[in-house]
Amino acid sequence: MTEFTPLHALTGGLLIGSSAVLLLWLNGRIAGVTGMLTGLLVKPSATQLWRLLFLLGLIGGTALYGLFATTPLRQGFPIWLLIAAGLLTGYGTAQANGCTSGHGVCGLARISLRSLVATATFLGVAILSAYVVRHVLGLST
Amino acid sequence: MSGKATLRNLAALVSGLVFGLGLSLAQMTNPDKVLNFLDLAGHWDPSLLLVLGGAVVLSTLGYFLTFKRGAPLWDSLFHMPQALAIDKPLLIGSALFGIGWGISGYCPGPAIASIGLGNPEALWVVPSIIAGAALQRWSHDRQTADID
Repeated sequence: MTEFTPLHALTGGLLIGSSAVLLLWLNGRIAGVTGMLTGLLVKPSATQLWRLLFLLGLIGGTALYGLFATTPLRQGFPIWLLIAAGLLTGYGTAQANGCTSGHGVCGLARISLRSLVATATFLGVAILSAYVVRHVLGLST
Repeated sequence: MSGKATLRNLAALVSGLVFGLGLSLAQMTNPDKVLNFLDLAGHWDPSLLLVLGGAVVLSTLGYFLTFKRGAPLWDSLFHMPQALAIDKPLLIGSALFGIGWGISGYCPGPAIASIGLGNPEALWVVPSIIAGAALQRWSHDRQTADID
């Protein structure tokens, strides 16, 4: 069980939005994590270094936060589910060319119909998927 | 590397850092928090809605003002996705992603971010995401990417 944390959620959301605006304003780039990953996979070169740096910044920002506050770590979640979910997530986001950040935040911000359809699809399917996993199969709490 | 390229790399690092701070503050690095939003039949936690809402409203405004400038500060043009089609790969890919997200509570950003927490789950979920993405890229003959 987790509590509704509106102030942290909104502030965190505004920071994520600031990150997206910063990257567009300075570099003219979309802050999409899938684009960062696939860009590095397809043609790793010096011109792709910024993508790696963004991901390292993402990890660093999270580590920095971890110095001042604790995030509860989930215990006992089945490893095979983590692997299956990861493969589906990686394959699907690569095929759709975007995930929650690229389509969900940046795509909606530039008023892309394609991103709106993608976001509605993965959000709707995720709601169904979470229901099935938790309440039909009873695989996680 | 030119001066501008160095500045762009620095901007990407800082942007990633702010992104990570935002995800962490919003507790999106906690997969239970995400799943409790997605699971409408449980003890529903609407936090994710405010995260997405806050991010989208601010970036829509910021994007509008930025596009009005005509060009980014440290590059000559905006690198925008070229794909417009609402086609089968978009729908199938998004659906597959939705299944995975609903199982684990990790979308790619928070999955990678959770490395910074030393979360052991990252050991399994991050390589799996990379393997899935690599499989898709290599099996689809490098289809035209959205982003150059």
